[in-house]
Amino acid sequence: MSAPALELDRVSKIYGAKAARPVRAVDAVSMSVAKGEIVALLGSSGCGKTSTLRMVAGFETVSEGAVRIAGREVNRVAPAKRNVAMAFEGYSLYPPLTVRENIAFALKSARLPREEVARRVAEIAHLLEIEPILDRYPASISGGQQQRASLGRALIREADLHLLDEPMGQLEPALRALLRGRIKHFVKERGLTAVLVTHDQTEANALADRIAVMEGGVLQQFASPAELKDRPANLFTGTFIGEPPMNVFQAQARAEGDALRLGLGEGVALDYPAAGFEPAVRETILKRGRVTLGVRPHAVRLDPAGAPAEVAANQWLGDQSHIAASFAGGTLVTVEHDRARLRPGDRIGVRFEPADLHVFDGETGAALSHGGRAA
Amino acid sequence: MDHASPMTRWLKGLALTLVVIFFMFPILWIVLMSFQTNETILRMPPSVVFTPTLENYQALITGKLVSSAGVLEIQFMRNLMNSVILSVCSVALSLLLGVPAAYAFARHKFRGSEDIAFTLLSFRFAPPLLVLLPLALYFQDLGLANTYIGLIWVYQLICLPLILWIVRGYFEDISPDVEHAYRLAGHSWFSTFRRIALPLAGPGIAAAGLLAFIFAWNNFVFALVLASADKQPVTVGALAFVTASGIQYGQIAAGIVLSIAPTLALALYAQRYLVEGLSLGAVKG
Ligand SMILES: Nc1ncnc2c1ncn2[C@@H]1O[C@H](COP(=O)(O)OP(=O)(O)OP(=O)(O)O)[C@@H](O)[C@H]1O
Ligand SMILES: [Mg+2]
Repeated sequence: MSAPALELDRVSKIYGAKAARPVRAVDAVSMSVAKGEIVALLGSSGCGKTSTLRMVAGFETVSEGAVRIAGREVNRVAPAKRNVAMAFEGYSLYPPLTVRENIAFALKSARLPREEVARRVAEIAHLLEIEPILDRYPASISGGQQQRASLGRALIREADLHLLDEPMGQLEPALRALLRGRIKHFVKERGLTAVLVTHDQTEANALADRIAVMEGGVLQQFASPAELKDRPANLFTGTFIGEPPMNVFQAQARAEGDALRLGLGEGVALDYPAAGFEPAVRETILKRGRVTLGVRPHAVRLDPAGAPAEVAANQWLGDQSHIAASFAGGTLVTVEHDRARLRPGDRIGVRFEPADLHVFDGETGAALSHGGRAA
Repeated sequence: MDHASPMTRWLKGLALTLVVIFFMFPILWIVLMSFQTNETILRMPPSVVFTPTLENYQALITGKLVSSAGVLEIQFMRNLMNSVILSVCSVALSLLLGVPAAYAFARHKFRGSEDIAFTLLSFRFAPPLLVLLPLALYFQDLGLANTYIGLIWVYQLICLPLILWIVRGYFEDISPDVEHAYRLAGHSWFSTFRRIALPLAGPGIAAAGLLAFIFAWNNFVFALVLASADKQPVTVGALAFVTASGIQYGQIAAGIVLSIAPTLALALYAQRYLVEGLSLGAVKG
């Protein structure tokens, strides 16, 4: 078995370690990226994504832990010797060179034949739709164009690892969607390994084989997009992934005969027959008592016989309705694909199937069960 | 600016003219004086009508100062040469030391780096006389007094902080990611400095070098205290014009013209860089 393309082994980054208030930007992150895999780092601003990439590229020292590229520990290896390509978050084109020269630069340094360089630049330019600006200088092109040029400069190389830091942050949605598909095809076709930083879940879902969700420098979960959605490891991932975000309620669990009764606020209680939960899961939930319930908006069923809720707002987004309702002392959002004829003040009933229910520990937020099965 | 009324434009022109006259008049007057004899300069009332003479320049270049009291040997050309040697060498040394240091301060923040950079800058605020007298004693002991090396060393007090702070601002303006991208393409730290950072900071380095040159050229006290006749630059050498038999205005004027010519030429040639370098230095520093 060949070594993973990239392996982070309890890697931490502490800025200003000796200063009065050190910043732990990355905290004991461990993950392993297989060769040919595309991995997205997803997380809110300031959660340590760029810091992680920079440690992999070698521009930041690794404060703790080990970074291994293709099986070799690179903590003390110069960036030039890591065989890594990177597209930077800010623009980083060399001003005195044209876009074409910038993109071709690494290949020229590697002394590739001129025709080969020209062919590959043309291919990349076509891929990223930057053919018309190839002979312009960085100062005279737009932000989005600079971003694509620096993405091109990274993709053109045949490195062991491609690090892409928000490569499409400046582009409009239509172009993003187009380039997403093309980039994925390009990377997969050549068997490249890529680690991509993004804020955009859609982008992460579309491009990545696996997504690493980070928050506060800590890796929350590293899994495929489907798994992140169906089996979030904790409350943070549960609410972070998915649009609109998961509905969350505090609940008090107790046994009601054979059934499991989840008491929400304002006297609302949900009863689930024993069949809905694995016995062990039911046991755990009862033992915890205080739990947090999560239900994705798409999974909320409208059912006149269900628990009572009152419509607060109803928005038709062109292809789906987002209905916000006050429910059990909180707000519940549900998504309907038909244009629901509901007005603020209307009384509705809602129901959550056991299969759609995520249960988290009320204190730690760790997932206890998904759809009635143990997390 | 383009839509200013004719009146404002006219007033602006007037103001500019006044400023230019104010600053250029002394220079013009000195140039005129340098072509006159002491008698025509001192006549009453002063007049701009005279028969120009090259006498003053001739005296300076041959080193023979003819006055009513007799012939006095002066070493003006030698002083001029000393000025060139001292300024050029000091600036060259400062660039050699200061540019890499500026890069280090711009790119590698370490504990105390800001303090060190500031200490270096503070050499510019310290009154030179405060350090000069003790320095003169040390130099005597070390055998550095009255040597070019010693003077160039002391001139670093003028040139190094200037170059360090101006050039550092230029390096800070370059996005580190430009350099990072170059390093990832397989280049070492040093070749990145040489091939990316240096060319991009080029105009700033030129401006800083020019400024440092002008400051070094104009320096007076260091050389006055630390150098004797054969190592003195023009600024000190000009004292020789004050003789027992009176002040040789014509020759002084010619001396001034010759001694400001190099800096003036440099400044005019590199005006654009200078303004850029100065204003950037002011903002950043
Ligand atoms: N050089 C530095 N010195 C001190 N703190 C830093 C430094 N660089 C980053 N940080 C801090 O480390 C944390 C993580 O920063 P990082 O740039 O990795 O975030 P990010 O996830 O890439 O954010 P964004 O999505 O906004 O780009 C932030 O709190 C940031 O303020
Ligand atoms: Mg970032």
